[in-house]
Amino acid sequence: MSTVTESRGPADGVTPDTTPPGGKGGRDVLREMDNPHRVRAVKDVVAKVVMWFAFALAMIPLVWILTTVVAKGVHMLGSATWWTGNQRNINSDDFGGGARHAIEGTLEMVGMTTLIAVPIGIMTAVYLVEYGRGGLARAISFMVDILSGIPSIVAGLFIYAVVVTTFGLRQSGFAASLALVLLMIPVIVRSTEEMLKLVPNELREASYALGVPKWVTVVKVVLRTAFSGIITGVLLGVARVMGETAPLLILAPYTKNFQRDLFNGNFPTLPMMINQDRGDLALPAAAERMWGAALTLILLVLLLNVIGRVVAHFNAVKK
Amino acid sequence: MAKRIDVSDLNVYYGSFKAVEGVSMTVEPRSVTAFIGPSGCGKSTFLRTLNRMHEVIPGGRVEGKVMLDDQDLYAASMDPVTVRRTVGMVFQRPNPFPTMSIYDNVAAGLRLNGVKNKKTLDGIVESSLKGANLWNEVKDRLNKPGAGLSGGQQQRLCIARAIAVQPQVLLMDEPCSALDPISTLAIEDLINELKNDYTIVIVTHNMQQAARVSDRTAFFNLKATGEPGRLVEVDDTTRIFNNPSQQATEDYISGRFG
Ligand SMILES: Nc1ncnc2c1ncn2[C@@H]1O[C@H](COP(=O)(O)OP(=O)(O)OP(=O)(O)O)[C@@H](O)[C@H]1O
Ligand SMILES: [Mg+2]
Repeated sequence: MSTVTESRGPADGVTPDTTPPGGKGGRDVLREMDNPHRVRAVKDVVAKVVMWFAFALAMIPLVWILTTVVAKGVHMLGSATWWTGNQRNINSDDFGGGARHAIEGTLEMVGMTTLIAVPIGIMTAVYLVEYGRGGLARAISFMVDILSGIPSIVAGLFIYAVVVTTFGLRQSGFAASLALVLLMIPVIVRSTEEMLKLVPNELREASYALGVPKWVTVVKVVLRTAFSGIITGVLLGVARVMGETAPLLILAPYTKNFQRDLFNGNFPTLPMMINQDRGDLALPAAAERMWGAALTLILLVLLLNVIGRVVAHFNAVKK
Repeated sequence: MAKRIDVSDLNVYYGSFKAVEGVSMTVEPRSVTAFIGPSGCGKSTFLRTLNRMHEVIPGGRVEGKVMLDDQDLYAASMDPVTVRRTVGMVFQRPNPFPTMSIYDNVAAGLRLNGVKNKKTLDGIVESSLKGANLWNEVKDRLNKPGAGLSGGQQQRLCIARAIAVQPQVLLMDEPCSALDPISTLAIEDLINELKNDYTIVIVTHNMQQAARVSDRTAFFNLKATGEPGRLVEVDDTTRIFNNPSQQATEDYISGRFG
């Protein structure tokens, strides 16, 4: 019986032809072939380490932001007036007051945006996936791509030019909603499209084969099957526009008062409340208010996410 | 209730590709007709022209004539949706609606077409599930998801769903190919019962199955890949399997093919 070492290396007296080329390197190759599982294990460990490292790297800024915002803003959220009051008659260096006006304003404005953008976005996606063929569909798809690349400040300027300058509407929460609609539509279209494409063609055919007209099939089978995915997409869209500030700077000047009328001039929102105190961070009262508003905004997005996930969960395809 | 299908000189295309050429045949009412032939010869394609499902595929079009009793299925005035209500279909892979319960799956065809009456639906769901030999297995869990059934049960659920809309003709494209022998036998028994009320056309790769369930058998073949598939012959099943008139059929049946 030969030993392990002998069997691996070229034995003495063997003709050069059978010697592995490359001397030592050749031996390594042979060893690797003897131990493929060991090589795989090493690769596996390396890949895991790299993956974890990348993951940790990606988490650092997230954790950093969250801890900063929570640490600096959380005590504002503990006071009752924060949830009930507004900032009326409160100067930059005054403590106190609340964010209710801005919370309501943000929800109202984003609600209006969602109300307009979601039907348009979903119907566009349905057209593109279920009906669109040829030139028109390609043109629409291309325009959605362009729309998704438009900087938010340009969307704001565009609405300003059209709605305020041309049609003489006031700067208002609604004007800002319109700009946000432009930002939200492409997100909804693209995500809904993906979800509709995931619905297997067999289900459409099963429905047609029962003598169900196409539009009923689209509404009751395709959209129903994709529903929970579409909700997730809508949430992405809401999250995308909720913290958007640039269009608000142009279209919805901040007010410290309650303002529930979307069509009536200055409008309070959380991003604009943050922006308001941004210049006075040296003042403890202003800094406190700003971090409080920032944390509130994050919580709002989080809350909507949770609600959406719950809705999606109860409408998910059951197994 | 069951109807006769008369096909004359049918060509079927996918865009510019002619998949099936020159098919003329008659499918008798209240009988089972089996389509056999090698893979890719156009059995599914031809089957789907019988309820105008072929045109759902982009580029799909048809030349020729398909008569259902005295109605021309491809007449300009004929609505494909009406055709599909008359000619139902069961697919190769069971495809219950994943968001719906067993009950809702069976009721789907009626509900989506506007039937709301609970009593009517209850009655039809029960009779359809009984008709598909599934009632006893699912009667206690009608509100559970249809996708939670076994493959064979799902296929019978799909048959129940198809017969719930009370079609005249039932097309089945390899309905047993994803099933075990026991589920297959269950479905074959079912086909035997269903033929009392329906005209049935079934595509199968299983010769024994064709011999067991069908009254008539149609053999399709294609000369070479890229060529359109053709109907070689259609005759009584016993004759096709014992004494076919074409050499190609005999070769295929006896496994001496190609
Ligand atoms: N959606 C499609 N688009 C283009 N060509 C298709 C399409 N479906 C089928 N074909 C082609 O049409 C021909 C007939 O296909 P078909 O599916 O009808 O065969 P089949 O007899 O049912 O085969 P099998 O026994 O494997 O199911 C084949 O050449 C196939 O490639
Ligand atoms: Mg087929």
